[in-house]
Amino acid sequence: MSDRPITGNLTSQPHDHVEQHRHIGVGMPASSVGRVKLALVGNPNVGKSLIFNDMSGLYVDVSNYPGTTVEVSRGQYRSYDIFDTPGVYGISSFSDEEAVTRDCVLEADIVLNVVDSVHLERDLFLTQQLIDMGKKVAVLLNFTDELDRKGIEIDAKLLSSYLGVPVLQTSAITKQGFDRIESVVADARKGEQDPSLHGRLHTMLTRTGSEAEAVLVLEGDEVVAQRHGIPAGMDREALYIERRNRVNLIINAVLTEKQPRARFAMMFGRWAVNPWTGVPILAGVLYLIYLFVGTLVAQDLVEFLEVKLGNELWEPWIRGVVAAVVPAGSWLSTVLVGEFGVLTMTITYLLFLLLPLVTAFYLALALMEDSGYLPRLATMVDRSLHGVGLNGRAVIPLILGFGCVTMATITTRLLETTREKRIATAILQFAIPCSAQLAVVAALLTGAGFEAMLIYTATIFGVFVAIGTVLHRVLPGETSPLLIDLPPMRMPRPDNIIRKTAFRSYYFMKEATPWFFAGALAVGILQVTGLLSVWQDILAPFTTGWLQLPREAATAFVMGMVRRDFGAAGLYDLSLTPDQIVVALVTITLFVPCIASLMVMLKERGTKEATIVWLATWVGAFVVGGLLSQMLI
Amino acid sequence: MDQKTGVPLSSVRRGHRVRIVEVPDGRTKAQLIRLGIHQGEYIKCLQRLPGGTMLVEKNRQEIAIGATLANAIKVVPVAEAA
Repeated sequence: MSDRPITGNLTSQPHDHVEQHRHIGVGMPASSVGRVKLALVGNPNVGKSLIFNDMSGLYVDVSNYPGTTVEVSRGQYRSYDIFDTPGVYGISSFSDEEAVTRDCVLEADIVLNVVDSVHLERDLFLTQQLIDMGKKVAVLLNFTDELDRKGIEIDAKLLSSYLGVPVLQTSAITKQGFDRIESVVADARKGEQDPSLHGRLHTMLTRTGSEAEAVLVLEGDEVVAQRHGIPAGMDREALYIERRNRVNLIINAVLTEKQPRARFAMMFGRWAVNPWTGVPILAGVLYLIYLFVGTLVAQDLVEFLEVKLGNELWEPWIRGVVAAVVPAGSWLSTVLVGEFGVLTMTITYLLFLLLPLVTAFYLALALMEDSGYLPRLATMVDRSLHGVGLNGRAVIPLILGFGCVTMATITTRLLETTREKRIATAILQFAIPCSAQLAVVAALLTGAGFEAMLIYTATIFGVFVAIGTVLHRVLPGETSPLLIDLPPMRMPRPDNIIRKTAFRSYYFMKEATPWFFAGALAVGILQVTGLLSVWQDILAPFTTGWLQLPREAATAFVMGMVRRDFGAAGLYDLSLTPDQIVVALVTITLFVPCIASLMVMLKERGTKEATIVWLATWVGAFVVGGLLSQMLI
Repeated sequence: MDQKTGVPLSSVRRGHRVRIVEVPDGRTKAQLIRLGIHQGEYIKCLQRLPGGTMLVEKNRQEIAIGATLANAIKVVPVAEAA
């Protein structure tokens, strides 16, 4: 299973980024020389991680594969070094996941292929490809316990004789068959290759040296071909179709289907994709997320952590420590422990506000994903998102944006084309208020009344649609079509949910933390050099004249750069009319994203593009806010 | 019906089985083949969502296909047995 920030079936589609580097040898640690390398390979969501966890025990090393954002878990199993690879539908180089899995397979001595028994037709394509590549293979038919309910029977012995490799029926849930994994791994062997492939292989074999690479080159894998300095083959389509047909033949022989019963999970799955029933389901799901993330975590838990642990315990303590070394009131003291101090505000913010929020959001996401709901949601909203130049998969960064725009901006990586990444990033940076900000916005709007809430929501939604539509029209290229498989609705496995949530939260914090520090440092320097007040003076005329807000609101806007909720919170102290509240909140929502998300955008989208978006948010916020002000006030 | 051209997959009504006669070239083709959606294969249309996103079944697997792609895939209807 792929555990990047978003996963499952949604992540395993081709990206426009094809990996060009050579990773030979880097997947395996130096210490493992001489040990047998065993790679766990399978489609997404086949229970591969559960099997890996069981085999490797506690001592697992999870790390990003060099040059990618894809993680590979390593562990020890008996005398083997075992690797959990990202879930893929086939071995090739269409995406980062595929590239990583490809290299792990090429380096492995033995491949343990995990197959979803319920999805034999989909999964055996990869199995046959691994066998065609001449690897020593053993197959685990997982989710055996689900076959009965689906009314399917599989003749594992017959399958084993067709494939020419050992096949073991397992259930990752009940651990049925796990005691025999060791013996099938020991029994792993080269299977029955596609006969038509065999002849073509001979000539290519002399050029690549390895059978596995020869197959990939014949299949037109450009990265592998380049490594050997030979042109990629033109036979992908023919070979794939032959393989597909061979797999279909095998399936017809080994699989018998009884009349399947209509089950609630299946019905629910159907309802979730149809807008008539799916929209109410989505509303219910969002409400549950709101109760959990918005109320329980964002309000109760964060309030306790931020105030009690952060403001009352940590900050006075660190101020005391710093005061012993750095004289209070000096510029260094302001930068370190001042209002926006690197050691005060940033630490409190990161550990006591952002970490619990992000963890809660990732938990909700993992539940939606592992239950099978997320791909159905992506399917339901696909058409609507086409209007703004995105396909259904973009629903993931957009939902995450309501948690943390920085986190969501990183997640735009899973979108297929640069064009879609651009559009999604722009929408996120403009029109999606993050949870920190949303809490303050909600509080202020509640005070301002229902009409104010309506105007605010309509304006922000209007801007969302407008930006997407304009970019969709202006940017060259087309929206990539949605193509995803919908796994059956399943009860998520708690251990897998926890593992996923922990890994993603950790990975996000690791990636984002330096940017939050850099941002705080930059603002601290602006403050001690006096540039911050110069900035406020520049903004003041726009604030009073055009937006018709009190002069002090300019301070709130500038604070919004540091932390978006600071910006909105600054408005509490000003006595504003309901109309003024709407104008101020619209402006501050559309206004520049916090400095950490700007930093991440710079990294993800490059200096030029990030600068354009950043400047555009300034202009956009003041134009829209001003127009609203002229109409309302 | 012309066996070569067929009709767009997006025009198929729910519950109907079809045979694929044409799959568009391009990046998604390899992906489609792996999922078992290529020329000569049979699929069942489960649902056509408002806007044209198609839900199809290839044996026991449900696959969602975006409207533009579903438009470009050409199929011919198959007479339903019973």
